[in-house]
Amino acid sequence: MKPVEIAKGIYSVGAIDWNIRDFHGYSTERGSSYNSYLIVDEKTVLIDAVKKGFEDQLIGHVSQIIDPQKIDIMISNHTEMDHSGGLPRIMHAIGEQKPLFCSKMGVKNLSAHFTQQWNYHGVENGETLNIGSRTLTFLETRMLHWPDSMFTYCKEDQILFSSDAFGQHYAGLETFDDVVGHTIMAHAKKYFANILMLYASKVLKLVEQVQAANLQIKTICPDHGVIWRKDPGKIIDAYVKWSRQIPEKKAIVVYDTMWRSTEKMADAIADGIFQEGVPARPIHIRSSHRSEIMTEVLDAAAIVVGSPTLNNCMFPTVSDVLTYMKGLKPQNKIGAAFGSYGWSGESVKLVQAELEAMKFQIIEPAVRIQYVPNDEGLASCIAFGRQIGQAVNRKMMNDE
Amino acid sequence: MDKYVCNICGYVYDPEAGDPDNGVKPGTAFANLPDDWVCPVCGAEKVDFSKED
Ligand SMILES: [Fe+2]
Ligand SMILES: [Fe+2]
Ligand SMILES: [Zn+2]
Repeated sequence: MKPVEIAKGIYSVGAIDWNIRDFHGYSTERGSSYNSYLIVDEKTVLIDAVKKGFEDQLIGHVSQIIDPQKIDIMISNHTEMDHSGGLPRIMHAIGEQKPLFCSKMGVKNLSAHFTQQWNYHGVENGETLNIGSRTLTFLETRMLHWPDSMFTYCKEDQILFSSDAFGQHYAGLETFDDVVGHTIMAHAKKYFANILMLYASKVLKLVEQVQAANLQIKTICPDHGVIWRKDPGKIIDAYVKWSRQIPEKKAIVVYDTMWRSTEKMADAIADGIFQEGVPARPIHIRSSHRSEIMTEVLDAAAIVVGSPTLNNCMFPTVSDVLTYMKGLKPQNKIGAAFGSYGWSGESVKLVQAELEAMKFQIIEPAVRIQYVPNDEGLASCIAFGRQIGQAVNRKMMNDE
Repeated sequence: MDKYVCNICGYVYDPEAGDPDNGVKPGTAFANLPDDWVCPVCGAEKVDFSKED
């Protein structure tokens, strides 16, 4: 790959990871990239390192433009290892004593990752750095998505270097949103659902602040995936929409099954929901990755969860999905539980308790069937589905 | 005195410990924190905290 010039003197020089399929438990079927940006001015600046193991790509790209030792300042917008793991080699290549700019929390957090005594410069929110013909502004964006996260903004070129925000796990040579086309939005949505959903209120506040400050943004350069140059407003609007968590008329029935009894129930419940005119889809947990499920959760109005009882507990994969979901804090959902069991049947209660802990509006009574559902049992599942579908329809009217 | 949890990042304000890095002495009840005090981890405001159960 060649470095790509984004604006005069500003280059994308990061690394592509074509083969990653598991990004800390997030399925990345299209790989990812660890973006890094070089600004050549009176002072030359490199924004963000890459993951450990990808330094050769970064240094190779930089070297096609400038001798790495000519880099005057390293900026680290985010401490997480996919953007800092390469720092030891990068700092070594540019010179260990070069200033390393990051947020105050970044100084703390980088120091907890690396033993090197780098020349840290912890910036204040709003602090500026003149590099010649350009002035960079640092914007603290704590918890979007780590305490250390910040953005770097270049006023003259109206470029926002946004760290993980607005990113997508997508490996490609296309570099820009308009080259990939609309399919990129699905990757951006998955990224939001799995990384940022729990910080939705922070996203909304940040967008308000950016609008109040009248920050002009022509291009957004995130740390993963493509650069938003055609229509940065589109991804900002999408973030606002996703952050508000106003659901669509849609239900998902997430379940696992041992001898297909809970599966039969799931299918019947989805049928019942659909009979009320609400799009519904059963999702078998071991056939779908948890991160795919979260993307569906993001805009669903109802999350129906089914688990067989295994050794007096809920099925382990259901527990996995519920733990993951709870951490991402979906808001404003209808929830319902169901499941088949052999003799004790604790799982349904346990699942419902998890949905209650997430403050979902629970549809009761949950449906529990011993062993294999017969016609009567399946009819009760359809009726339960209709009850859920009606609740979704009422919710859609109330939320409008 | 009650502990309070930040709804954004999970930081727990412990009145016994206070927040000395930001000028809050040990023994300061959550209610007595200045109005402009923010979560030392994520910058959330006081309204974003809830009492720990
Ligand atoms: Fe990150
Ligand atoms: Fe990242
Ligand atoms: Zn906090």
